[in-house]
Amino acid sequence: MQTNRFTRGMSDYQLKMAFIMPTMILLILMNIFPLLWSLFLSFHRFKASMPTAPKYIGVRNYTRLLSDPEVWGYFRTTAYFVVLAVTAQFFIGFGLALLLNRKFYGKGIITTLLLLPMMLSPVVVGLFWRFILASDNSGILNYFLDIFLKSPIRWTTDPNIAMIAVVIVDTWMWSPFMMLISLAGLSAVPKSLYEAADVDRASAWFKFRRITLPLVSPLLLIALLFRTMDAFKMFDIVYVLTREGGPGTVTETVSMNLYKLAFRNFNTGKACAMAYILLIIIVALSNIYVKYLNKVKDEV
Amino acid sequence: MKLFSISTLLILSVVMVCIPFTADAQETLTIVWAEWDPANYLQELSKDFTAETGINVDVVQIPWGNFQEKVFTAFVGKSKLYDIVIGDSQWLGRNSVGGHYIDLTDWINENIKVDKIYGPAMTAFAEYPKGSEKYWALPAQVDAAGYVYRKDLFEDPKEMKAFSEKYGYDLAPPKTYSQLRDVAEFFTRPEQDLYGIATWYSKEYDGISMGFQQVMWSFGASYGDSEKYKVDGYINSKDAEKALDYYTDLLKFAPPDAPNYYWQETLNAYISGKVAMGMNYFAFFPGVVNKETNPISHDKSGFFIAPAGPKGHYISIGGQGMSISEYSENKDIAKQFMKWFMQKPVQEKWAILGGFTPHREVLQSDTFKTATPFNEAFAASFPYLRDFWAVPEYAELLDVCQTNWSEAISKIKSAKDALNNIARKHEEIFEDAGYYDE
Repeated sequence: MQTNRFTRGMSDYQLKMAFIMPTMILLILMNIFPLLWSLFLSFHRFKASMPTAPKYIGVRNYTRLLSDPEVWGYFRTTAYFVVLAVTAQFFIGFGLALLLNRKFYGKGIITTLLLLPMMLSPVVVGLFWRFILASDNSGILNYFLDIFLKSPIRWTTDPNIAMIAVVIVDTWMWSPFMMLISLAGLSAVPKSLYEAADVDRASAWFKFRRITLPLVSPLLLIALLFRTMDAFKMFDIVYVLTREGGPGTVTETVSMNLYKLAFRNFNTGKACAMAYILLIIIVALSNIYVKYLNKVKDEV
Repeated sequence: MKLFSISTLLILSVVMVCIPFTADAQETLTIVWAEWDPANYLQELSKDFTAETGINVDVVQIPWGNFQEKVFTAFVGKSKLYDIVIGDSQWLGRNSVGGHYIDLTDWINENIKVDKIYGPAMTAFAEYPKGSEKYWALPAQVDAAGYVYRKDLFEDPKEMKAFSEKYGYDLAPPKTYSQLRDVAEFFTRPEQDLYGIATWYSKEYDGISMGFQQVMWSFGASYGDSEKYKVDGYINSKDAEKALDYYTDLLKFAPPDAPNYYWQETLNAYISGKVAMGMNYFAFFPGVVNKETNPISHDKSGFFIAPAGPKGHYISIGGQGMSISEYSENKDIAKQFMKWFMQKPVQEKWAILGGFTPHREVLQSDTFKTATPFNEAFAASFPYLRDFWAVPEYAELLDVCQTNWSEAISKIKSAKDALNNIARKHEEIFEDAGYYDE
């Protein structure tokens, strides 16, 4: 009787709130509160490993970071990586999708095999590529390249090559993601458009430029957006493959440096400021993408 | 029927909840250490403690790469997970000032015979601030950087003749860094996949710093003035520049992947027969003399202490101290274990198992020196041991060194620029931490 009276007494709004509240509380605890707390800490001198309370220092953490040429160096390294890796993944992924977008024997198994790399843990990927790219004769890539080269390529220790090695590994891992999204877009293009173009004796290039590309571009942009955001946060492969962003700082991305700042040096206030700078950049980049995406969608 | 099912489920749940409590009724002391052979020896040794007291000892091992992060994150979260932490000497400052280690001064003075412990070990692993006689730990494992070499190559008459013809003196384990370079150069034969030396150049954790600092000290430079915390003019002195140029030059005689070499890679390079000499901490050498892990040269390996430089003889200290976590619920048991561990018979067994005892008498005994082929060289290294900064800001100081020295050996920066940058950054860190405040 008690229960009936209780449920009868709830309005629709109260009932809705009763269902939503657990999720809202969880979100506030797990997302909103840490976000606000880290924003608060970014204006303080605070080390999580020390018993001293946070001391307000205004925007000093931000000014110190933004006036440090080394920090700008980490941003340059990250941008360089993002441009190289995302471009390579875009062309390889889209190319593979175009090849797979037709009927042939074994298509299912080939698609599945191509998707495998992105299902692996980045740390595992970094570890086994560490062995593949070893500079001595234990590295399988140099073992095969030995036929063509006089001296082994120092994939992870040569400052001029290390970034290329990271890009290769990331591209190997994430091109399948681009391929998957592109393939979804390609399979959604109505066949009738191609049939009409065939009737008009349109060339393959014309069909690709005027039908395929415009219809697939919104999905491609979404894939690019995801990959750019993800690549900007590159940490695990660099941590494992080039031993914390070496040689020197050649592959030290912002996230790698942020990790050291936060969990090795426990410079919590400064790390929070750095995380916010990174967040602002990612949000800004995402906005540019989203605006462009909306424009493309309107055109389609 | 329904009632029966619910009752059965309830009973089963109660039984399942109770089982772990019943099994865990025995007290357990949890010790956290890095993942390496000495931690296995400690687990073995602690069986005697369990037999005597009935208290279980669990030695939790964390891989070296994230040992520090895991322990420190547990401290920040005030975790009760670990009772005893066997941490690096550099951790003392941060964990004592941070309130993560308990102050053991009074307890040690009342319960431990400090004069029985090797003095420099007590200073390095237990005391903070240095000279204050305030203790936060007891030395658990004393260690030093040393070298392993291929006796079969060094004692080969053909090699000996060729070496003496080329360099004008006999081929032998090098005593100076100049000789080390000659020997490394002599054995560098890439066409035979043989190189002269494997030493620490890695950017990981403390890799290049532990490898290079002993060269830097021996060339006459230092990290700075440990009383005034002045760095400029010390770490970027001409001597430091010469030392860094020397260390970079040594890379020519190391395998192609050497800039990534840390303890594991250095050990692997030696064990796989790729190098004539390998630098590592002595505690990593048991694998070298083990037939199963080193089938190529387990019986052909000799050991020597780190060479002297033109302006002194210094060696990187290794090893760890045993501290009690502030957040432990078993502090008394932890103290009971530490007191038991420091007893002479236990230390003798610790040494026999392969641990590097801090007990003065055991350390200087012939039994210890002959217990392994490398113990003698290890014992000979003691007078020359030196350490990195042990201040609470050590991790930031270390990070700056790691990055800049890694850039210097990769020729991204000149030695001079790298050292000047370290000096500037170190002084910034000290300034921020208030070391220069009046």
